Amino acid sequence: MVAPPRTALPTRDEVWAILDTVMDPEVPVLSVRDLGIVRAVDIDAAGAVTVTVTPTYSGCPAILVIEQDIADAIVAAGITPVQVKTTFSPPWTTDWITPDARARLKAYGIAPPGRAESGGLVQLMRARPAVQCPYCDSFETEVRSEFGTTACKSLCWCRSCRQPFEEFKAI
Amino acid sequence: MSGVKGSVTPPPAVPPNVLFEALLRLGDDRLVLGHRVSQWCGHGPILEEDIALANIALDLVGQATMLLHLAGEVEGAGRDEDALAYFRDEIHFRNCLLVEQPNGDFGVTIVRQFLFDVYSVVMFDALARSAHPELAAIAAKALKEVKYHLRHSGDWLLKLGDGTIESHDRVQRALNTLWRFTPELFAADDIDRAALAAGIGPDLSAMQAQWISIVRDVVERATLAMPPDVPLRAGRTARQGAHSEHLGHMLAEMQIVARSHPGAQW
Repeated sequence: MVAPPRTALPTRDEVWAILDTVMDPEVPVLSVRDLGIVRAVDIDAAGAVTVTVTPTYSGCPAILVIEQDIADAIVAAGITPVQVKTTFSPPWTTDWITPDARARLKAYGIAPPGRAESGGLVQLMRARPAVQCPYCDSFETEVRSEFGTTACKSLCWCRSCRQPFEEFKAI
Repeated sequence: MSGVKGSVTPPPAVPPNVLFEALLRLGDDRLVLGHRVSQWCGHGPILEEDIALANIALDLVGQATMLLHLAGEVEGAGRDEDALAYFRDEIHFRNCLLVEQPNGDFGVTIVRQFLFDVYSVVMFDALARSAHPELAAIAAKALKEVKYHLRHSGDWLLKLGDGTIESHDRVQRALNTLWRFTPELFAADDIDRAALAAGIGPDLSAMQAQWISIVRDVVERATLAMPPDVPLRAGRTARQGAHSEHLGHMLAEMQIVARSHPGAQW
């Protein structure tokens, strides 16, 4: 649905509020703002909006959908023109995911990411902190695969409640 | 803004052809290996590994997309990443020989991935300090991903090398077979020297020292033997267009849909 044309210039707060409603297509409890992928909102003197986003993973297939969803949501609020730009710097980190969003991830059944490691280039057979099961809160869990059903998740298993679950990879 | 598509700002004193060639080499390595690894999809030894390889392939193709997009902008001839990926012939590809080698068994795939992951980690670590801002931004992003890939391939090398007699022998054989493709990774030519002089490319000899020390450490911990040194093959390298017979077959498969239906959308 497209809102009637507006006369007042849009504000940045208004655009940020719209971005709160644009959900990640793969993890629909997180908005693009929760994920930390929106890096800037700029509005020029004529009211043209530029939203700058950064991809989560280089090969994330959702990025084009996300860019389109952002543009569509802003246009649907009657704000035009809109341009969505991509930046790669600084690179995205899961440390940008807000505390509130982490709680929603857990409620959705996905263990939130731990702190991103910035340490050495080679990290083999690393002793990683145990992941907490999002269902029963047990730390008696194991990582079954460092890679999961989407680029941003790994596969885990809870020995306490004997259920598989996903973890948002810390990167 | 640094890294924003459409705002290429090459630092002075970098001949555009040097930058274009350097970006093609980086992009083509990831495109070709990404396609190779994607061929495991549906054939992985276990479900988790099938998913892992598909994820790694996706990251590599994503990195190739960023690098070839930038290459197309630098070239300024209207070619985007898809034109570069699907409408160049074999002799115009600039990837190294290692990445175009067939998948073989799981051991061969893991050894190829491990040798390349270490190379990628030291390469992107160096390129994150490149004087070219867009390239440095892509490298810093990709570095996070390839460190994760190296954890996967390195852990597998340790498991397989220090596993059963069968798994040990297979990865040792794979290491011995693929080793002859590794000198090419560090063979600097005029493009590499010009990129280094302009501050946009890495010092390949410094990278080689770093690479060999990481590789040796993991190989020895995996109870495997380092293969004997081999000389660089004489003549043109794959980076200059002289590929093995495997690349053409792979490209035929990779490019057929785009070439049969140019501009198709779905």
